[in-house]
Amino acid sequence: MLKARIIPCLDVRDGRVVKGVNFVNLVDAGDPVECAKAYDKAGADELCFLDITASHENRGTMLDVVRRTAEECFMPVTVGGGVSRVEHVRALLLAGADKVAINTAAVNNPDFVREAAEKFGSQCIVVAIDAKQVSGEGEPLRWEIFTHGGRKATGIDAVEFAKEVVEKGAGEILLTSMDRDGTRKGFNLELNRAITGAVGVPVIASGGVGTLQHLVEGVRDGHANAVLAASIFHFGEYSIREAKEYMDKQDVPVRLDY
Amino acid sequence: MRVAIIDYGSGNLRSAAKAFEWAAANSGVRANIEVTSDPEQVALGDRIVLPGVGAFADCRNGLYAIAGMREALQTQVIEKGRPFLGICVGMQLMASIGREHASTPGFDWIKGEVIKIKPDDPELKVPHMGWNTLELKHDHPLFAGIATGKQGLHAYFVHSYHMEVENGADLLSTTGYGGQITAAVARNNYAGLQFHPEKSQALGLKLISNFLHWSP
Repeated sequence: MLKARIIPCLDVRDGRVVKGVNFVNLVDAGDPVECAKAYDKAGADELCFLDITASHENRGTMLDVVRRTAEECFMPVTVGGGVSRVEHVRALLLAGADKVAINTAAVNNPDFVREAAEKFGSQCIVVAIDAKQVSGEGEPLRWEIFTHGGRKATGIDAVEFAKEVVEKGAGEILLTSMDRDGTRKGFNLELNRAITGAVGVPVIASGGVGTLQHLVEGVRDGHANAVLAASIFHFGEYSIREAKEYMDKQDVPVRLDY
Repeated sequence: MRVAIIDYGSGNLRSAAKAFEWAAANSGVRANIEVTSDPEQVALGDRIVLPGVGAFADCRNGLYAIAGMREALQTQVIEKGRPFLGICVGMQLMASIGREHASTPGFDWIKGEVIKIKPDDPELKVPHMGWNTLELKHDHPLFAGIATGKQGLHAYFVHSYHMEVENGADLLSTTGYGGQITAAVARNNYAGLQFHPEKSQALGLKLISNFLHWSP
């Protein structure tokens, strides 16, 4: 049986993990490769690097991080952040990324998704969707795509957009609720269900995890195929093992064989 | 021992090479792992590995575009009996024909065709992406010491097509995803894995070690 995946996400700026990872005694908690190795050992099912490097000149640092990670971690790695050209996708895949997440560029030019999927295969093209609820109280639920870290509205309906990018070749959707991100109140389950019900590809739920029960709900009630979280793992609040054992007890199938 | 990992422009081979190096070093094999697009180097390999990601036809065309590669594979694997391991689309290419987009002939080493996964449960998504357990159809040196079955180790899959084999004896392992999906095939000195051993942590590294020790 296919298992629900737990995916820790590391924000990387200029080749360093923002805030670091503090659940084990790492020599250098800010080194993304050290953190990746720790999560590999801890039994994470995949790893996600989000490159938040601001300056164009420093973007090459991510390639080095990916290269070094691929040499030491025998687990799937997804990399996102600033991917807007076929050359970016190619460079990340050649460095050792298994999947590349496209965010703003998919909104600005959905055909970029098609171009990337045709060149490299749908299996490695993830579209990262940042969605915010725009419907008022009493209205039918509606979510819109936001860019620029949730600051810029686009007027694009999130469900329609998800369908469009899958039709263009996205092999997976990384869905972040901008209403929940950072709140620790749990995933936006209605949003999750709306997207998973609309597309035939796997969906990763993201944004809002504060407890292990939230991970269970993401899969069981939000119908997500994978759950992404950052802070609850990075600071040692819960281990990957604890999360999986908790999910297992709630009858969410997980991989516990490591 | 020389292990030739064939590079024909289908994605990154760094993790595959590193996983083979790790497995060799940790299982007492002195191996030279070479990533190569040169048919002459492939001919020198004691063991041959064919990875592959992307679409069936693209991979086959990329491979056949290298002058002499098709012949080198046929000679080394079929005539000389060198141990061969196909991974993901590299495994699918061993089939008679691929049905992804257009119909494209494969090597025809394993009778069968590569068809789209159609889970009998409409809730199940395609690609089949993530960690799944394996059912072993019969004992095989590649799976020596690897726990299979529902309580066994997991393998990492990411694919939308799978190989349907004609001859049941070629089917080595399956995985369940709204029906049975082919996870591994083997015949004589050649074997193929639909999942990614280089991404499958303990199971994958053990399987690669087994391949390096395999004497078919």
